[in-house]
Amino acid sequence: MRRALANPSLVIGVAIVATIVLLALLAPHVATHGIAQMDMRNRFALPSAEHWLGTDNFGRDLWSRMVAGARISLAIALAATAGAAAIGTAVGLAAGYFGGWVDLILMRITDIFLGFPAIVLALALVAVLGPGVTNVALSLVVVFWTEYARVVRAATLVLREQTYVAAARALGASPARILVREILPNAAGPIIVLASLGLGTAVIAESALAFLGFGLPPPAPTWGWTLAYGTGFMREAPWLSIVSGAAIMLTVLGFNLLGDGLRDLLDPRQLTRASGATRKT
Amino acid sequence: MLAYTIRRLLLLVPMGAGMVVVTFGLLLLIPGDPAALMLGQEAPAEAIAALRRSLGLDDPWHLRLGRYFLALVQGDMGMSLFQSQPVATIIWGRLGATVELAVAALLLASAIGISLGVVAAMRQGSWVDTLAMLFAQLGVSMPVYWLALLLMLGFAVHLGWLPAVGRGAPMSEALWAALRGRPEMLVQSLSYLVLPAFALAMNAAAVISRLVRASMLEVLREDFVRTARAKGLRRPRVVVRHALRNALLPVLSVIGLRFGALLGGAVLTESIFAWPGLGQLTIAAISQRDLPLIQGIVLTFAIVFALVNLVVDLLYAAVDPRVRLE
Repeated sequence: MRRALANPSLVIGVAIVATIVLLALLAPHVATHGIAQMDMRNRFALPSAEHWLGTDNFGRDLWSRMVAGARISLAIALAATAGAAAIGTAVGLAAGYFGGWVDLILMRITDIFLGFPAIVLALALVAVLGPGVTNVALSLVVVFWTEYARVVRAATLVLREQTYVAAARALGASPARILVREILPNAAGPIIVLASLGLGTAVIAESALAFLGFGLPPPAPTWGWTLAYGTGFMREAPWLSIVSGAAIMLTVLGFNLLGDGLRDLLDPRQLTRASGATRKT
Repeated sequence: MLAYTIRRLLLLVPMGAGMVVVTFGLLLLIPGDPAALMLGQEAPAEAIAALRRSLGLDDPWHLRLGRYFLALVQGDMGMSLFQSQPVATIIWGRLGATVELAVAALLLASAIGISLGVVAAMRQGSWVDTLAMLFAQLGVSMPVYWLALLLMLGFAVHLGWLPAVGRGAPMSEALWAALRGRPEMLVQSLSYLVLPAFALAMNAAAVISRLVRASMLEVLREDFVRTARAKGLRRPRVVVRHALRNALLPVLSVIGLRFGALLGGAVLTESIFAWPGLGQLTIAAISQRDLPLIQGIVLTFAIVFALVNLVVDLLYAAVDPRVRLE
């Protein structure tokens, strides 16, 4: 605990993430206006006591739309990261533990998916699947599971040689039991670190899709879309784009600091570094 | 080295085949009728049926996949649905601009990232280090499209120093003209290139600086660095000749892997600066649901990425013989 408090990345990261998660959870209560509530006499209002972050071209309250947007971004990021981590972990465990052909085939498939620039593949997937929360999350799962597979495989390669794994095997434990009871708990550190960093990557990717107009269709108050249509009012209300961009950056920064802090705390250095894993956006 | 090169080239074949299968699989994912999706819900049934026939959608999928492979081998990516031109021709016309932007960004990112990383490692724990790592943390967290927008607002709209959107003459032509004594074209091309390249470079620069710093800190602790210092060599010389050369090796392969992110970022950057490359084409193709074009673009991005990694791997093996023996 003392080590955790002495780690500035972790402390700041936790503070930022906790604040944004709270705002998202309490969105209906902390919002001062309805997200679609228009006020044509107060278009492009500057930030004020009434409208904390000002208003947009329809006089809609930006603060209320930002906290509602936090909900969408976090929900999609969480679903995408959980899905990617689950699939990637399963693939990595199987490849690392069984080795041989299983490893060869699973890792070649991983390499193939890793070979596509993430945003490009995600865009193409959303284009064919159609818009919507589920499809955006699904397309992010498809582009992000590979990192987990590589890292978990590397960790499994090390862990399967441990004496306690040999002991479990000698006791007659099935591979499934060994993987879930012996190896997975010990590989949890790198997975948690990756997932924390992955949440940030997912927020950026989701906002990028929304920014390009392929996320949730308006009037959903996604950060990415607010940023994009704000570019149309750069002279009247530059804060639309600036505030929504800052919201994205702050959230991503929070997850990144949290991930870095956790990495220092859990020190799974050999495991993550051995895989040569890198983040891609 | 030759054996390694051949092995590495052969590895591209199954990779490429797998990528083609994934690209082809995009079509199978479409819920409902791809032809109806492409033409829109209001299209007459005969038009949809005609498109189905011309795309061969009524055939079983393995037959279509086989045909797709055969066509690709001959360089045929199909016809664009809306531009009445072969997909390969359209992509070829756009590829240069994207490669130019990506290469410029990569050079910029390497220059910024390596210098920051080295300085931070040399002054570990000082305010320079803190500042550099703060920059890195912000650079990693900042969405490329937001940075692009802020840069455009500041330097193009407010200050008016640089053009906001578009592209000058291709860099190859501009360089050629400058060599023959007419530098105006190069200046103009550069003025268009600076902002998008900078916006695109920032994220990679941040990642590279963190890596270089970590790698340098590790190498600086090595025995051969101490030996070099003990021999009486000056610190700058040791840092550059002994430490940096070794520290950059792992960074090199990461720069290759980052190139994928850079290409993805190019899509976003291009859409903001109206840079006439593949990224802009991607957005247009997706908005029009021009599926053959989308498939062609996705595959092209993957091929470019794979080729860059091939070059990086070969470079790495050339510099570090240990890799070849693996």
